[in-house]
Amino acid sequence: MASELTRQAVPTAPDEVPVLAPGQTFKSVTDTISGIVLTLKTPLFWFANFGIGFLLLQLFLLGVTMLLFKGTGVWGINQPVGWGFAIINFVWWIGIGHAGTLISAILFLFRQQWRMSINRAAEAMTLFAVICALQFPLFHTGRPWLAAYWLLPYPNTMGMWPQFRSPLIWDVFAVSTYGTISAVFWFTGLIPDLATMRDKAQGRLAKTIYGVLAMGWRGSAAHWRRYETAYMLLAGLSTPLVLSVHTVVSFDFAVSLIPGWHATLFPPYFVAGAIYSGFAMVLTLLIPIRAVYNLKGLITERHLDAMAKVMLATGWIVFYGYMMEAFVAWYSASYYEGFVIWNRMTGPYWWALWALVFCNGVMPQTLWFKKVRTSPVPLFIVSIIVNVGMWLERYVIVVTSLHRDYLPSSWGMYAGTVWDWAIYLGTIGLFLTLFYLFLRVLPMISIFEMRELVHKKSPGKHVEMME
Amino acid sequence: MDVQTKSKGLHGVMAEFRGPEELLDAARKAYGAGYRTVEAYSPIPIHGLAEAIGQADRKVQTAVLLAGMAGLGAGLSLCYYTSMIELSWVPAMFSGYAHNIGGRPLNSWPAFIIPTFETTILFAGITALVSMLVFNGLPLPYHPVFNVARFREHASTDAFFLCIEATDPKFDAAETRRFLTGLGATEVSDVEA
Repeated sequence: MASELTRQAVPTAPDEVPVLAPGQTFKSVTDTISGIVLTLKTPLFWFANFGIGFLLLQLFLLGVTMLLFKGTGVWGINQPVGWGFAIINFVWWIGIGHAGTLISAILFLFRQQWRMSINRAAEAMTLFAVICALQFPLFHTGRPWLAAYWLLPYPNTMGMWPQFRSPLIWDVFAVSTYGTISAVFWFTGLIPDLATMRDKAQGRLAKTIYGVLAMGWRGSAAHWRRYETAYMLLAGLSTPLVLSVHTVVSFDFAVSLIPGWHATLFPPYFVAGAIYSGFAMVLTLLIPIRAVYNLKGLITERHLDAMAKVMLATGWIVFYGYMMEAFVAWYSASYYEGFVIWNRMTGPYWWALWALVFCNGVMPQTLWFKKVRTSPVPLFIVSIIVNVGMWLERYVIVVTSLHRDYLPSSWGMYAGTVWDWAIYLGTIGLFLTLFYLFLRVLPMISIFEMRELVHKKSPGKHVEMME
Repeated sequence: MDVQTKSKGLHGVMAEFRGPEELLDAARKAYGAGYRTVEAYSPIPIHGLAEAIGQADRKVQTAVLLAGMAGLGAGLSLCYYTSMIELSWVPAMFSGYAHNIGGRPLNSWPAFIIPTFETTILFAGITALVSMLVFNGLPLPYHPVFNVARFREHASTDAFFLCIEATDPKFDAAETRRFLTGLGATEVSDVEA
């Protein structure tokens, strides 16, 4: 009797939506997810989004061609504002990537079951966001093919080594490691699913490609044990890594002596902002996908609710950061710190700051309501607004801190040119193109983890036997 | 008993079970009965299954630890060497350079923590994937278990298999088949090599 009662108590609280719709079996989750890829019928939605992405990608190529042909003078950067869209967009994209690693590594270590149906897509998002981010510092060097000797430590005929005391070289190490480990983690997660795809594929070419990528995975007990060890270790290694990456990115600002940048607050506030924007991007991507591909049984309202809660919490950390910046500027009694904040609030870029407060501070407060957290359309709108807000945050930090420095004679104004916008919108195209190609050729939800979830939710009842 | 089949064309005998619990139970019994070259296959990781057939090891953990330490050493010595050590007998491109900038210490190790941390994670992370594959014997272009149609179609979706291989000292095609049937297998088939 007692054991009967405890067995009853294990499922989630009565009003909570489950992480998996009832009635799923090993076969049903496998067929649902692999069926999205292994079909000749591609939804119109896919063509529409891939098409938009691919068109914007052409804009990227155009922008980069122009940039390499003419030089960085086609950008809006000038004497007081030497860092414009390139660093804004770099930080924005890197930040977006963070949610993917948070979902796949940190929530894995905390054994949060709701991560299982969103981690694959979120990790893909991370990888593609890092690729987009890397375009900016790379092209900001002006001649990227000559940039290797100050970015990478290799013995060269000039006898030069990178400056290891510089935050910029820390950034090279942090971001390249982050990109590599994200790719390794993502691929490790894919191996058992590639084996499933190999076994499910009908076409000879598809079978061969998935077969080569699965590398002969056959799911033996020893395979799984070493696999789980490797996955756990990668999660453990990625956790400090992801926290370090945006910390190092924030050092690009915090280690300098520019008022408005030189703040010990930056590392934690940047990391929280990264997670905030990343979850917003996951929601922006997954809300339409889950509707179109009919995945509401796998990506349930519980997932939307949980992600919205993370956004609400990290949003407040970020907003606290804004308030502390203003407070410390006043409390420090430094004339220049105070001026930067006052100029931000009332100077020529006042609109950017107040738009940022609206997007990142006011709008997310709607997430206190459960109805907003679990309704796809309002949540989608909030997630877009947060994405815009996080871009504005970097715009405010970079531009308002630089454009009026110590001497009024060297003040100036900054605005992105058409080529700045072309390359920025172009990287959104690059991102959409890569993401929609991923949706078309690889399982967007981890199939084996969904099978594990089926097993955990209803042990013993999920295998459809022959006959 | 067919000795010819055993020595020439048989990889082992494979039995299918209803679910993870049944497979785990069967694996324990097979190991308990003295079979040692046993492989269990499942579409999900099953905790305790590798231990049940004596296949648990700590090779991946060890490799990742060693690689992490190597990465730590590599990163730190890279920063230290290039900023501290200037050797006249080494060609200029391989020598570090020790610039005295305003009398600041050359070994500014707090600044070196970040590159060192990153190389530690990088080496350990790549090794996690590579050592997992290497110790699992992957990539492997051919394996006999895929000759069983039921395995090919269901092993990565919803079927659970136990395979006792012909190299096992206790293996005897007929006897092993009877043993596996006795464990409650839904189907027992020969695996051609």
